[in-house]
Amino acid sequence: MTGNSHDTVSGDLGLSIEEPLIFEQDSPGAVGVDWPEADAGADRLGGLARSGPVGLPSLAEPTVVRHYTRLSQKNYGIDTGLFPLGSCTMKHNPRLNERMARLPGFADIHPLQPESTVQGALALCREVQRWLSVLTGMPGVALTPGAGAHGELCGMMAIRAALDAGGAANADRRRVLVPDSAHGTNPATAAALGFEVVSIPEDERGRVDPGRFEALAGEGGVAAVMLTNPNTCGVFENDIRRIADAVHAAGGYFYCDGANFNAIVGRVRPGDLGVDAMHINLHKTFSTPHGGGGPGSGPVVFSDALAPYAPVPRIVGEDGALRLEEANGEAFGRMKAFHGQMGMFVRALAYMMSHGADGLRQVSGDAVLNANYLLRRLEDVYSAPFAHAGPAMHEALFDDRALRDTGVSTLDIAKAMIDEGLHPMTVYFPLVVHGAMLVEPTETETRASLDRFIAIMRGLAERAKNGAPLTEAPFHAPRRRLDETQAARKPVLRWQAGE
Amino acid sequence: MRYLPITGADRGEMLRAVGASSVEALFSDVPEDALLAEPVDLPLHAGEFEVERRLSRLAARNRAAGAGPFFCGAGSYRHHIPASVDYLIQRGEFLTSYTPYQPEIAQGTLQYLFEFQTQVCLLTGMEVANASMYDGATAAAEAVMMANRVTRRSKAVVSGNLHPHYRDTAATLARFQGFALEAGPPAPAGGEDLASRIDADTSCVVVQYPDLFGNVRDFSELAEAAHAKGALLVVVVTEVVALGALKPPGEMGADIVAAEGQSIGNAMSFGGPHLGLFAARTRHMRQMPGRLCGETVDAEGRRGYVLTLATREQHIRRERATSNICTNSGLCALAFTIHLTLLGETGLKRLAALNHAGAVSLADRLGERVVTPAFFNEFTVRLDGGAAEAVERLAGEGILAGVPVSRLHPGAGLDDLLLVAVTETADAEDLDALAEALK
Repeated sequence: MTGNSHDTVSGDLGLSIEEPLIFEQDSPGAVGVDWPEADAGADRLGGLARSGPVGLPSLAEPTVVRHYTRLSQKNYGIDTGLFPLGSCTMKHNPRLNERMARLPGFADIHPLQPESTVQGALALCREVQRWLSVLTGMPGVALTPGAGAHGELCGMMAIRAALDAGGAANADRRRVLVPDSAHGTNPATAAALGFEVVSIPEDERGRVDPGRFEALAGEGGVAAVMLTNPNTCGVFENDIRRIADAVHAAGGYFYCDGANFNAIVGRVRPGDLGVDAMHINLHKTFSTPHGGGGPGSGPVVFSDALAPYAPVPRIVGEDGALRLEEANGEAFGRMKAFHGQMGMFVRALAYMMSHGADGLRQVSGDAVLNANYLLRRLEDVYSAPFAHAGPAMHEALFDDRALRDTGVSTLDIAKAMIDEGLHPMTVYFPLVVHGAMLVEPTETETRASLDRFIAIMRGLAERAKNGAPLTEAPFHAPRRRLDETQAARKPVLRWQAGE
Repeated sequence: MRYLPITGADRGEMLRAVGASSVEALFSDVPEDALLAEPVDLPLHAGEFEVERRLSRLAARNRAAGAGPFFCGAGSYRHHIPASVDYLIQRGEFLTSYTPYQPEIAQGTLQYLFEFQTQVCLLTGMEVANASMYDGATAAAEAVMMANRVTRRSKAVVSGNLHPHYRDTAATLARFQGFALEAGPPAPAGGEDLASRIDADTSCVVVQYPDLFGNVRDFSELAEAAHAKGALLVVVVTEVVALGALKPPGEMGADIVAAEGQSIGNAMSFGGPHLGLFAARTRHMRQMPGRLCGETVDAEGRRGYVLTLATREQHIRRERATSNICTNSGLCALAFTIHLTLLGETGLKRLAALNHAGAVSLADRLGERVVTPAFFNEFTVRLDGGAAEAVERLAGEGILAGVPVSRLHPGAGLDDLLLVAVTETADAEDLDALAEALK
């Protein structure tokens, strides 16, 4: 083994401590939870008692706490610093929201308790629906989807159900128009439901060309358009009304990917733009924690045309006598075991109540201002393909043209940012821009934090031009670059005894 | 506003730097009549104490499980969660991190996912597991779709004793994806013949273990019957603590295990977020849905972890992906992993034994009204006066007695059946109280 750890006896460096797997710290006889032995009674397992060991390691509580504390120290979070991951919206996660979600009246209740004993929980769900409905200008709200991509399925299934309800006239209506800049989940969702995905190229403004769209929509068989707005090129689709009119005139529906709703929340209601269905990633716009990859929550708002097809369960009745409707003839079905991500609803509502109608306007305003500030302060050193096409929204998109002839790629800049104490931006997405760098600062950064980011990014561009060895970065992270090819070629997906 | 650090002075200077007259001017691409001039009709911002007061009032209108004897199960279970679990998952480096796409600064997340995948394999007796899914029901639906891909067939034979919400979740996808889901009627005391329903079009047989009514049975012969006809066996587990006491599905020949992992480390939380577990055989690894974490080395040869086999996933494959799934239940998986690590071999087995002993003890008190011959921690009781009525009556007396089958199978003629779950959180007094109240 070589590397930068040769100058200590242990190989560890200060707070950078190597940590073996729990399976390598097995100490038979140790235990981290004290449960008594059960009284020896009759076994009623029907002869199916487990015969051998499970194979779990034994560790005492201090060992476990230290293990996961050390692992946490190998992670970068929004609590650590600026996390400008475009399209992912890494903003401050208020701890009040965590405290509220853990109130026993929310955390320690069962999904199938008598409805009379959970009126507060049902009222909270109703309140979340009210906020989302008013903020989007859309009358229907389905709460059950477990994440954004699950929300996409929900919205597109409602569209399929509405088309099916139209009978034979809609039998051939299977084309879904999806811009090339869309998140990968959009075409994957459409394809998963048996739709035919039709790609729409971006024009030189990073937007859908309305004339071209009208021509595509006019070719017939259109079920829906799936459009992200603001889109992933970081700009607002200013022809959105023409697009909505065209898809409606063609007999299809307008699905809006609400991943970027945080850019317009409190200022623009998608319902005023002709949208029929939109999912809302509560972890993006309403700051429920990303948690290293979930749990998410993806409620879907619906227009009057689609609301009847929303999934079950639904909350019905008056306050104090709220009920869960588990079956409905028009509903397209059920998506999940229970009623939705309650823990996330509590957090999102705490966030919405904290900001209020006024604060949410400031959220989108500051998010957009911060992105434009970065765009204008960096566009002379990093090329910005759509900077000429009007103001950015909440994210600034750069490409790798300015790095040409330096031997340094977008990936190298990202890895060099790690050494500077920054999380990289989103790289190589959207796919329509070569070497894309999508920067989303969010509204919860200070001016000083933005200026530091600008100084570092300008410095890295300078170093790239001067031949600094950025292609080997990072040097100062818990790991150097990892061999992803080996991981995929010979997959090792679990620890095995004796290895 | 306490979460928004840009000051009025900052804003003025930044607007000058970008050459805009106002923040509103940055929204010039939005159709003018769609730009709201005023805040929407919702309450204005509120301080932390005010939000806490309003939400606490809503919470107080719910009856928390800890307030009295509690016996609800049917897919969500109340177990004790050690204090260190909740502390550790709230460390900001876990809570506020993103999907580990930059592995050099996400080894904490990646290493616990690798530990999680290993633990899921050990519990289920399977060979490979993914990094988790939304919940048990979506995991089960994905299992059926995976079986369809593996076998290139399109009909699933589903046990009538599968949780109806799981069945319905899969049925929703079946409707839109054009595959068949043949579900039998519920059989509370067991006795389904699934093997005879397998034919040349069958991609998989889906069973639950323990099943909705609490029955445990060996599916080894069913696995053989399925394999003989080229079909897979999908075993669904909604109470994963059971696998601390029971023969694992992997030893019965299961090809896919789809489970709800909430029981270990995660609160019931009114049904979500929960934790889908998904395990399979190595030979089908590349047909699995969801994220996978794998071991590799870094540029200096040190062991490290990355997300791998991403060519199955939507962000690479787009419309050709194995599923549209983009996330997992990362923090719930972390809670599961930490709790299971604290339990270890001894703790898990003791926990499972306590659950079973409690259930046996209650069953003994209830006598012949118990209709489930063999069970783990949940069984079915026959109540002649109607289960839903009894549950309402007992709720008024401060006892949450369980889940009436009619709530899950309305109109199926099973109104006299009650599902009762006993975990380690119920003590002898609780068992006495329920037995007494049901007399």
